[in-house]
Amino acid sequence: MWTWFYKLASPPYVYGVAAAFAPWLLGVAAIALCYGLVAGLAIAPLDYQQGDAFRMIYVHVPSALLSLTVYTVMAAASAVALIWRIKVGHAVAAASAPIGASFTLAALVTGSLWGRPMWGTYWAWDPRLTSELILLFLYVGVMSLRSAFEDPARGDRAAALLAIVGVVNVPIVHFSVVWWNSLHQGATVVRLGAPRMPGSMLWPLLVMWLGFMFFYGAVLCTRLQGELLNRERQAAWVREAIKS
Amino acid sequence: MSSNFWSMGGYARYVWPCFAFAGAVLGWNLWSARRLLVAAKLKARRALAMATALAGNESR
Repeated sequence: MWTWFYKLASPPYVYGVAAAFAPWLLGVAAIALCYGLVAGLAIAPLDYQQGDAFRMIYVHVPSALLSLTVYTVMAAASAVALIWRIKVGHAVAAASAPIGASFTLAALVTGSLWGRPMWGTYWAWDPRLTSELILLFLYVGVMSLRSAFEDPARGDRAAALLAIVGVVNVPIVHFSVVWWNSLHQGATVVRLGAPRMPGSMLWPLLVMWLGFMFFYGAVLCTRLQGELLNRERQAAWVREAIKS
Repeated sequence: MSSNFWSMGGYARYVWPCFAFAGAVLGWNLWSARRLLVAAKLKARRALAMATALAGNESR
């Protein structure tokens, strides 16, 4: 039963899986993103309060959801690496960090552009915005800490600890709109109970979210191959891998 | 495409930069991941070539 788990601890196996999956994941992501983009920009009806400005939801929400998902993956991979001493876990965490940071920045910038016409300001020290900004700082901290040590193994361990401690911010970001008074609207899609959007507006959002998730998978697979090659440069399997 | 579509109901200066930024982030992710992989393969090939050369010198 645990054979698949043990296989995931093997760098050559993971390298092969990542190389095989990356193009397929990217293909599915491209189809979903094109479809979601057309549906979100041209097919979804106008919002009765926000008009066309609501269409920013189709990039803002997937970016924000991905920023939380990637951090959770990074923290889980770090925990696996620390507990079971699986080196691939550190590689997954290192490959995920820049992807997560970029999508956190995207969530902040797209949210800011949406906030200006709706709230009258690009930025407010609101619980949701502030906790998302802290998430960006955590990503930057994890990346900086990893590269701050001369010994890469020590850098990996320090970054893993910070990633695990920082995961406490993920539920804070999600529930900030529930726990505190916030300018930001409450949860629309990821909530207990049915989504608060009509189907005609919801399905392009779900397609875009799927597209972003598959895109993350594709980029993670590509970065992971690079990370594994950099970390295992002297290993025999790398010689075979780069020859092919 | 109608001008109504491009004007986004008067919100064009927010909607299009928003989508453009998200597109730039997607593009940067693809580019940087590919660059990391290509650089890692190059470094691994150099390391392999160096190891082969060193082994050749030692055998002489």
